[in-house]
Amino acid sequence: MYGIGILKGLWVTLVHFVETFTEDFRWIGRKRYYSEEGVAARRSKDAKGIFTVQYPEEKLPVPEEFRFIPFLVYEVDEEGNKHDRCTSCGICAKVCPPQCIWIVRTEDPVTKRPVPEPVDFFIDVDICMNCGYCAEYCPFDAIKMDHDYELASYDRHAEHIYNKEKLSKPVEYYASIRPANYTREEAVKAAEEAKKAEAAAAKAAAAAATAQASGGEQAAS
Amino acid sequence: MSEQTPVKEAPANPPTELEKRFPGAVKRDERPGFEGHIVEVAKLHEVAAAIRDEMGYDFLSSVTAVDYYSEAPEGENFIEVVYHLYKSTGGGALVYRVQVPRDNAVVPSLVDLYPGADFQEREAWDLYGVKFEGHPDLRRILLWEGFAGHPMRKDWKEPYFEEDVKPFKNRWPEGQVYRIEDRNPVGKNVSYPQGFDPDGFQETDDPRMYESLERSSQDFIEQIDTEQVVVNLGPQHPSTHGVFRMAVRMHGETIVGLKPVMGYLHRNHEQIGERNTWTMNMPFTDRLDYLSSMSNNFGYALAVEKLIGEKAAPPERAEYIRVIMAELTRISNHLWAIGFLLNDLGAFFTPALYAIEERELILDIFEATAGSRMMCNYFRFGGVARDLPEGILPKIKDLVTDRLPRKVEELDLYLSANELVRSRGEGVGVITPEDAIAFSAAGPVLRASGVPYDVRRADPYSIYDRFKFDVTVRQHGDVYDRYMIRIDEIYQSLSILRQALKDIPEGEIMNGKNPYQVRVPAGESYGRVEGPKGELGFYIVSTGKANPHRYHVRAPSFINLTILEKMCVGQKIADVVVNLGSIDIVLGEVDR
Ligand code: SF4
Ligand code: SF4
Repeated sequence: MYGIGILKGLWVTLVHFVETFTEDFRWIGRKRYYSEEGVAARRSKDAKGIFTVQYPEEKLPVPEEFRFIPFLVYEVDEEGNKHDRCTSCGICAKVCPPQCIWIVRTEDPVTKRPVPEPVDFFIDVDICMNCGYCAEYCPFDAIKMDHDYELASYDRHAEHIYNKEKLSKPVEYYASIRPANYTREEAVKAAEEAKKAEAAAAKAAAAAATAQASGGEQAAS
Repeated sequence: MSEQTPVKEAPANPPTELEKRFPGAVKRDERPGFEGHIVEVAKLHEVAAAIRDEMGYDFLSSVTAVDYYSEAPEGENFIEVVYHLYKSTGGGALVYRVQVPRDNAVVPSLVDLYPGADFQEREAWDLYGVKFEGHPDLRRILLWEGFAGHPMRKDWKEPYFEEDVKPFKNRWPEGQVYRIEDRNPVGKNVSYPQGFDPDGFQETDDPRMYESLERSSQDFIEQIDTEQVVVNLGPQHPSTHGVFRMAVRMHGETIVGLKPVMGYLHRNHEQIGERNTWTMNMPFTDRLDYLSSMSNNFGYALAVEKLIGEKAAPPERAEYIRVIMAELTRISNHLWAIGFLLNDLGAFFTPALYAIEERELILDIFEATAGSRMMCNYFRFGGVARDLPEGILPKIKDLVTDRLPRKVEELDLYLSANELVRSRGEGVGVITPEDAIAFSAAGPVLRASGVPYDVRRADPYSIYDRFKFDVTVRQHGDVYDRYMIRIDEIYQSLSILRQALKDIPEGEIMNGKNPYQVRVPAGESYGRVEGPKGELGFYIVSTGKANPHRYHVRAPSFINLTILEKMCVGQKIADVVVNLGSIDIVLGEVDR
């Protein structure tokens, strides 16, 4: 019969329509909207009914790997001094596809040796294509991709070149948004440190042995 | 060939079949890293015809030009036009090329043999200034009339020129920070051809286009002695496919000619690609067909890996991850295509949104693995960027074994039997198998016309030879079949995914380190994958430097449009948009 296909199709839309309400009934007493649980349920494989996330009241949780604009990681030592992890090696600027990173290097006024930490560090976020290469190829884990995606501003001419101050965030922040990555990197670093310490200890022991053999006692002190 | 092929006693350089067939006109390409033959320009047409008719290479995959330019007087200075051909029954490529002087680049057109060369030759004319003699309609295709020069030539410089290759040294000189926009203000960043006045500009290109429109509809004009009208559809988003325009010539409501006009979003992707380093190109491929960035990554990675060789062979686990991602991409792309085809049919947004719900769940997976929903930038030469995150495999499994089959079935029930869909789709925009091959149509468009050609099976890459799946094929070549074939393909992709998820091993995901600079040996390679929209190819030439010498994209959306006029002529104006929708184009890839 002509029209059967249409009726079947209408049945599908009817089911969708009804599900919107039955889901709401099943969630009575729990929060289907504006709650983490509700959003998660609406993104699961069993999601039925209303699918939309009501941004900005509701937000999708971002996965750990999510990347947006890069930020610079700094550490704070016991005295409260900030130390950039960045050594201004320039690899990120070289690998950046749209070439939007600029690093201002400097040298020590007394010794004239280059100082590892950059004086300033700029990223033109209008040009940044969010590729994540800078974070991927930085050998010092000094630049990482941020989760913050709400960057609208009123004046792009004045505000869209980020400087070091705006880019810098503490290492704790990094650990909080990317815990798995952070733990993995720290483990690698700890292993390397241990290896170095071991090598140093072995070296010291060897040195002590030779010192002892030559009869000197100073090595121990 | 009259004489018997002699038993080869391993002579140093046995003449190839082509060399024997055309003594003097064809010689082997002896450059290291290159394959195929160099054909005399004067004999090109004859050789090409013989290759098509006698050897059976009936599918012209890609035509493109390469500029070999050096400032030194004794250096090589010529333009090469490269042809990649395949048999529609499967197998590897046949490559031949012609070399012509840069200041007099004239090559005979092959449009009469391979109608699919039409747009590709126009593109080579536009970007390289190669004149194709005998081309019926040699106009610029991506750029406009007021564009000065041919931008892909190596000695062409844009008005605001920075440097030939990245990394740039001069972007922010003296530690001063500038916005690129302030140094390169609007109005100062253009140059025009000599004698061109942008203010007094009359669209001279358009009359030429209308002329060609008239030419192609000549038969009708003679038959029917009534007035005909030209209607422009677009360029403002004809039904959400992007900024695309169709100039349609009509008699009453019947279409007698149609010319697609594109290039409104042209970014000169290939020029950018030749300035980039090899690695930098990966995120740019995302921006081609932005609905299926994983597939684009795949094609580019394959092309470069082919050139690097064993050192970049991805480990097992990475191969499986690649296949999983590519097939998920295909599903999400087809869902999108079906949804928007229904939009074009007038079923406004309900089917599209049902389809997009499922696509969202797939994008969630991409976001968790690659870091971005659409601009994935996930593949690297020799593997993938990072391993799958904790807990994602069960999630993919749930989708693949439970939700997606259920939902695709629902979509099928919802739409496939619908009488309106059928009557709007059946018998509309019919492409015969012969036409589909001749016009170099690829992907679902080709297979819906009864040609069982799928790169995954015809010329397997990666680990596709391990999976059991059917090459889907439908026989009518109309809009309805092009819709159905996408549903069929989703089922096949789901089956591949189930097999891949079962077999995926533990282990490394990169072959060696992931260096920020890769060394690519000199030579050429053509990597192609079966993208969701059809055959996606990357032709690259390396000179051993940090940047590609040539980076060309064979974009399926772009080439599939060649057949649009043929599909539409004789039909009603109301079917144009449906026909366009059934090709499934993305303008990021058409305009590049
Ligand atoms: S962020 Fe990393 S890669 Fe960039 S300059 Fe600093 S240390 Fe080098
Ligand atoms: S994310 Fe990519 S584009 Fe942005 S600064 Fe880093 S390397 Fe450059």
